[in-house]
Amino acid sequence: MKQFLQFVKKEFIHILRDPRTLIILVGMPMVQILIFGFALTNEVKNARFVYVDHSGDPMSHRLIQRLEASRYFESAGAVTGPEGIDRAFRRGVCRIALVVPADFEAATRRPDGATVQLIADASDPNTANTLVNYAEAVVADFSRELAGPAQPPFSIRSETRMRYNPQLKGAYNFVPGVMAMVLLLVCTMMTALTVVREKEMGTMEVMLVSPMRPLRIILAKAVPYLLVSFFNITTILLLSVFVLDVPIRGHVGLLFAESALFTGVALSLGLLISTATASQQTAMFISLIGMFLPTIMLSGFMFPIENMPLPLRVLSNVVPARWFFVIVRSVMIKGTGIAAVWKETLVLAGMFVFFTTLAVRKFKLRLE
Amino acid sequence: MTEDVIQAEGLTRRFGDFTAVDAISLSVARGEIFGFLGANGAGKTTAMRMFCGLLKPSAGKARVAGYDVWTETEAIKRSIGYMSQRFSLYDDLSVVENIRFYAGIYGLGRAEVRERGDRMLEELGLTAERKALVRSLPPGWKQRLAFSVAILHEPGIVFLDEPTGGVDPITRREFWKMIYRAADRGITVFVTTHYMDEAEYCDRVSIMVDGRIEALDTPAGLKREHDTDSINEVFLRLARQARRTE
Repeated sequence: MKQFLQFVKKEFIHILRDPRTLIILVGMPMVQILIFGFALTNEVKNARFVYVDHSGDPMSHRLIQRLEASRYFESAGAVTGPEGIDRAFRRGVCRIALVVPADFEAATRRPDGATVQLIADASDPNTANTLVNYAEAVVADFSRELAGPAQPPFSIRSETRMRYNPQLKGAYNFVPGVMAMVLLLVCTMMTALTVVREKEMGTMEVMLVSPMRPLRIILAKAVPYLLVSFFNITTILLLSVFVLDVPIRGHVGLLFAESALFTGVALSLGLLISTATASQQTAMFISLIGMFLPTIMLSGFMFPIENMPLPLRVLSNVVPARWFFVIVRSVMIKGTGIAAVWKETLVLAGMFVFFTTLAVRKFKLRLE
Repeated sequence: MTEDVIQAEGLTRRFGDFTAVDAISLSVARGEIFGFLGANGAGKTTAMRMFCGLLKPSAGKARVAGYDVWTETEAIKRSIGYMSQRFSLYDDLSVVENIRFYAGIYGLGRAEVRERGDRMLEELGLTAERKALVRSLPPGWKQRLAFSVAILHEPGIVFLDEPTGGVDPITRREFWKMIYRAADRGITVFVTTHYMDEAEYCDRVSIMVDGRIEALDTPAGLKREHDTDSINEVFLRLARQARRTE
């Protein structure tokens, strides 16, 4: 055990003494979460909208003015019909459109009230969602004001249409996505690199000749990165909650437990890569091409898996981040418990066992 | 009476059809400096790996420090020291951190580490540099430090795999003085080298060709047998018979 601790201590010295490694390990997660966070910011200011006014009566004018007067929106003018809206979306003139039906004023006085339509460009689901929420609030506000103390029958309801991505898949995606990416980077790439570096330097040979058992060497290498990962998960979650206002609705303990499982998968992959490669460049290359690209492309983080062609959908099943991603999103954003994610958890556990067995086997084989 | 700390009989290692080490037999006595020579690809490294307990033999018998290479590799590992041609120290750790780390993996206690480490640093004249990163030391110092670290746990045998590769003759001479001192303390030294002048420093040398030991004697004995005045000449004559290339 003392032997083991000595080894872990040495690994920490390696990490702490190399500023570049330290920056990658600890700085990068924060930078990533902030970049992703602010790129997909929830704050809306002066968003442009177009409108289709089928009614053209004073009431519809007031509504449009009201929207324009709010500090969130700014009018980009009137368009005619759905084609006009589509054109405006495609040109990027605006991201949201308001459609006022004919006989608006009259409809507001009918018992079932009037309905306006809000159409959003949901190719960027986060922004679309936010814009619609704000616009709905403005409409509701307007409706309440008109009604005065006499509550309904006087009412305006809004009905929303999300264009291009009706189910809004992708909302709150970035926090789970960044978590998966960071853990992969720290655990897979860094573990692979540190083992391969020892091979390159010839110190691995000395380790193997020492009484230290091979499995212990591997384990001792993994421990510091496991700890760094936990530090990173904590930072990411704190930043998410306090800086980006992304809630943690589920159980934090469950979130950590699932992260630990995913970290285990990432570590075992790193070890597997390290047993198969002899140079740091190769290890880096395999980690990047073999791990990062699939994580970004096929995990559902950037592109919804449902929209992929069948072969890619099938392929995405072997990407560990895909499963982790679903788990984090469910636990964190939807607030579900283990009952909702046991299947994904089981898949990750299976991957962990599989990769670890393979890595240990290969490692022992290499010794023979 | 001297006792043999390395004994091998018909030790063989095959990789598929290829016989890397072909039934070698040798014995090395306690405190002896044994030179293990051979061209690249002659099978030196494979043989050495078997002695260190890293590789299982395909056939034959061998005991190192009294332990069987087939079944007692863990015990062997505890009883030997090892230093390779590439430095075995960590560049980004300080001198004293390296000492503590290696002492730690060999299970030395804290007090022992401090006492032996201090004595070692004093002998090496490195006391002032104890906090310096190994990276900043000149190559000759690194190498002597690496050797001292390899024998810090007082192993019965130390294996040196081309320990003097790439250093200048003066540093090599200094290094050999350390080897002699270790041998005087009863540590058996098993060393591979490409430098024939170093072979002259050994008590006995073996020359491997194509996986077999073609010659094994004292340097003087070998020269007499081949009627020449340099080990280099003996080596070249034997190595020229090799059919295997790298």
